[in-house]
Amino acid sequence: MKVRGARAEGPSAWMVVPALAFFLVFAVLPLLGVVFLSFTNWNGLGAITWAGLESWQTALTDSVTMNALIVTLKIMVYSLVVQVPISLLLGVFTAGTQRYRAVLAVLYFVPLLLSSAAVAIAFKALLDPNLGMGPGLGLPFLAQNWLGSADLVLFVVIFVIAWQFVPFHTLIYQGGVRQIPASFYEAAQIDGAGRIQQFFHITLPQLKYTIITSSTLMVLGSLAYFDLIFVLTAGGPGYATRLLPLHMYLTGFRANDMGAASALGVILVVIGLGLALVLQRLGGKNRSSSQLEGA
Amino acid sequence: MRTTTSLLSAASAITLALGLAACGSSGPADPAADSDSPTMWALTGSSENIFRSSVEDWNEANADDKINQEFFANDAYKTKVRTAVGAGEGPTFIYGWGGGVLKSYVDAGHVSDLDQFLADNPEVKERYIPSVLENGVIDGKTYALPNNNMQPVVLYYNKQVFEDMGVEPPETWDDLMALVPEFNEAGIAPFALAGQSKWPNLMWLSYLVDRIGGPEVFQAILDGEEDAWSDPAVIEALTKIQELVDAGGFINGFSSIAADAGADSALLYTDKAAMMLHGGWVYQNLKNDAPEFVESGEVGFVPFPEVEGGAGDPANVVGNPANMWSVSSTASDQQKESALKYLKDGLFNEEYTQAMIDSGAVPAVNGIEDQLAASDDKDFVEFVYGLAQDAPSFQLSWDQALSPAQGDAMLANLDQIFIGEITPEEFADNMNATLGK
Repeated sequence: MKVRGARAEGPSAWMVVPALAFFLVFAVLPLLGVVFLSFTNWNGLGAITWAGLESWQTALTDSVTMNALIVTLKIMVYSLVVQVPISLLLGVFTAGTQRYRAVLAVLYFVPLLLSSAAVAIAFKALLDPNLGMGPGLGLPFLAQNWLGSADLVLFVVIFVIAWQFVPFHTLIYQGGVRQIPASFYEAAQIDGAGRIQQFFHITLPQLKYTIITSSTLMVLGSLAYFDLIFVLTAGGPGYATRLLPLHMYLTGFRANDMGAASALGVILVVIGLGLALVLQRLGGKNRSSSQLEGA
Repeated sequence: MRTTTSLLSAASAITLALGLAACGSSGPADPAADSDSPTMWALTGSSENIFRSSVEDWNEANADDKINQEFFANDAYKTKVRTAVGAGEGPTFIYGWGGGVLKSYVDAGHVSDLDQFLADNPEVKERYIPSVLENGVIDGKTYALPNNNMQPVVLYYNKQVFEDMGVEPPETWDDLMALVPEFNEAGIAPFALAGQSKWPNLMWLSYLVDRIGGPEVFQAILDGEEDAWSDPAVIEALTKIQELVDAGGFINGFSSIAADAGADSALLYTDKAAMMLHGGWVYQNLKNDAPEFVESGEVGFVPFPEVEGGAGDPANVVGNPANMWSVSSTASDQQKESALKYLKDGLFNEEYTQAMIDSGAVPAVNGIEDQLAASDDKDFVEFVYGLAQDAPSFQLSWDQALSPAQGDAMLANLDQIFIGEITPEEFADNMNATLGK
């Protein structure tokens, strides 16, 4: 009787069904399928044969996998280092109310509207050393071997990723900053704090959870970068930008080794879960409680 | 408890419904063709118009055997068709390259054996140049028939640039190396190369290995013989490639250039590069992209140079003998029957062959000398026809001939050779590890 009463207060449990069904069909079932495939041999065409740990051995002992893992981590770390400060500052800046900021904010957000494939194709054309923007604008220093040099290509990739995703994170920070009560700043002003002091003593601490949310998205996003890099460099030159998701795709659909590709997929899931948990921890126990006054 | 059970059954019902919805067939259907019509997936690009008009004419004349045709871009197609064929949802006409991929279809039983059809219709078999037809044969049975042109890799050059410099196209590797500093001094890149696409690099390796060691070297690799990649001919070829790179043989930033938009050919016809090693299909693309360059007769072409002291016959060619149609074994009987009718009467009929020649391509069929001689592109088409017919060996592009796993590793490692990241010995070690995969 008591249970029934309690249930009547909240929404019906039935409302969870659509989400649960989608989650089962599009997340849990494929995941189980991938775990199963990682213990088999399959070229995508013929019969699926049990292979035990063979695919795992292939995936784990292959030097290309280790390289792909390092490339993925590099891109993840550099993405954080480049994107967090830029999007934080832009977010704080665009959170102001003057009209010109609204115009600038719209401009900043334009890259967000483009698909990754379009961004990659555009940059590929711009960066062409013979027909791209270097010779086009008559600026010889722009005519580098941007995508063909193993030393440069990673930085080009990080730049293009930042160009595409900074607007998204700027939007998150803008929202975060706008939630900070104006009374904090008013109090600080009365105490004689300058803009920079206000930034470090009010804005930054108040944005702690926004930073964690945005960084979580960046870290997990960099585990999933695929389309942009696939179109821009196809993992090359050599293996210089073949990061884990791309390595998984090429192993599965280019080299037709579905077993090893599935093992790589499982590794990606495990790394992603691990990182998400670590970042959640960093947020502290009260991460879900509100920071707003009176709440 | 009751709630839980019904919740679960509701969830499973939804799951089932979603699963069924996902199984429905996809893709736009031609309203003129019904579900029993054969389907054909072809590639966009050089031969697209020929495939398109051939099927349009066929559908008009054969109301009962209409073909449902769709076009895809090269890389996207290669992935899509394999997935579809693996799922038993492939097209009736499977477009292919022969080699390792065709073999994997045959091994999995996804393509029909055409031996009986060829025995019943001997004229179909006689139509083709035997060395090209051979490419669709796996374990003595024919599984694919050529559907377009012979695409040997040739050395294109810019006649105007050569004339201005007062030099001749290279006949030997030493000639080629001697030309490199001359062009560099004149501020013209000796060779255009789309290194970012990786596969254009392969044309250099396969020709050099063939010239130095003959076709047996690659045959040993195909057969998976132990340490086959360490053959001295492979090492020497890779060393020569690195010497050419170090001498400045390729245009600056070549490893940033992609082939898909034709940026490499553009360097040739804008006089920025003097030469380019590329497939026969480039001529068709040049006719589209730079008609004035082709019409003014500025595009020159010669066979790949001889390597002094090499064991390979300098008349050998590498490239793609032709693309091919296979017939899916999972198609319905009605679809197969219509497909075979088309292979017999629609493919390489008179209009088809003529349209192909008009586009600047050389169909992989016999007895077209007169038509070639009457072509606007006489010089090129006769050159290619002669090259292919006289070749003691016409080797399929290695990335298609090898298994996909080996092909992928080979292109990535060769890329590293071109940018100087690994040595020829490291290349051989890395590739030996993939033998048999």
